[in-house]
Amino acid sequence: MTYARDVGALARKDLLLELRARDTLPAMLLFVVATFVVFHFSLPAHPSKLAASGLLWVAILFTALLGLGRAFVPEREQHVFDGLVLAPCDRSAIWLGKSLATLAFLVAAQVVALPVYALFFRPLTGPAVLGVALADLGICAVGTFLGAMAVATRARELLLPLLFLPLAIPIVVGGVGAGVADSPGRYLGFLAVYDLLFVVICWASFEYVVAE
Amino acid sequence: MLTARRLGKRYGEKRVLRRIDLEVPRGGFLVVTGPNGAGKTTLLRICAGLAQPTEGIIERGVSRGQIGFLGHDPLVYRELTALENLELYGRLYRVPECRERIGMLLERFGLWEVRHERVASYSRGMTQRLALCRVLLHGPELLVLDEPYSALDEAGAELLDAQLAELRGERTFLLATHDPAHVEPLASGRLALVA
Repeated sequence: MTYARDVGALARKDLLLELRARDTLPAMLLFVVATFVVFHFSLPAHPSKLAASGLLWVAILFTALLGLGRAFVPEREQHVFDGLVLAPCDRSAIWLGKSLATLAFLVAAQVVALPVYALFFRPLTGPAVLGVALADLGICAVGTFLGAMAVATRARELLLPLLFLPLAIPIVVGGVGAGVADSPGRYLGFLAVYDLLFVVICWASFEYVVAE
Repeated sequence: MLTARRLGKRYGEKRVLRRIDLEVPRGGFLVVTGPNGAGKTTLLRICAGLAQPTEGIIERGVSRGQIGFLGHDPLVYRELTALENLELYGRLYRVPECRERIGMLLERFGLWEVRHERVASYSRGMTQRLALCRVLLHGPELLVLDEPYSALDEAGAELLDAQLAELRGERTFLLATHDPAHVEPLASGRLALVA
């Protein structure tokens, strides 16, 4: 219960910071909608199901990357990380709180982005939406973990995509599969296993990421 | 309370600390002095548990949650208010009767009237006062203070003097300063680092 309260306080802090600064969510929204508009005019009319699904996942992944790149900006710019690391709470609460806040931004961006996608390309099926939801969990868990690693380095803007994109390939495979396959259950199961595996790994090893 | 033996720290090829021995008993007040680049900040970060020594050993007689650390940065969020920052730290440090404690500290350090204003609107001195509130919030056993008087005006420095004098003997202090004369009456020991 105490752990949940710590996570809640940390996530609330990030939401409050975004509410005040408004520099992550508007950028994500603008990026994802602009990407769909560009694809809409650059692709031939009525692209195949597979092509449309592919561009959805490209847009989701890079929109997430935009949010993940900014996840630890307040801590880095204001040097607050030391304060959080010194606190006696379980350090994985820092990762979980940040992941939940990033998830909230990503979901908020998708609430706008998915209807725009459906309007420009093709309607989304139930399994495709479920695939997006499952993928969001994995994206935020892994991305926040890698963001904390990258934030301590000089080439952080470069390092995060380099680390994140290879680890996101299974998410794209599962997400596209859930959207286009005749029996999407296999792909949804694959995404759920990916989420579970990486959530446990990130949760258990975050302590070592924030140690000097 | 705090013991270090042959402590050393390197960043790559650069050695910033060499064979430091120190012992601060419970209730002790160690003043660390030295020119710029002597390694005061590195030593304090190691003592607070924010950095690991590359040589030697350090033993702290307290857990992480019983350390209060004031570094060069205030460790507060500029887009949050003073109250929101302290409430966050109060939550993470499990401070009992947190609201009352925050109110008392803000009152003492002259920030009560501006508690709902964002830290971004504070002057450097006000931010330093807030940082001191953050450090004292959970009643730490070991206080590691790096240049605590920096940016404080005369009134702020007097407040800090009074606070240090009140806690002297009850808590253990490790304080780095360029102005050792200011804390000389409180000091139980001095460690002079050389560049």
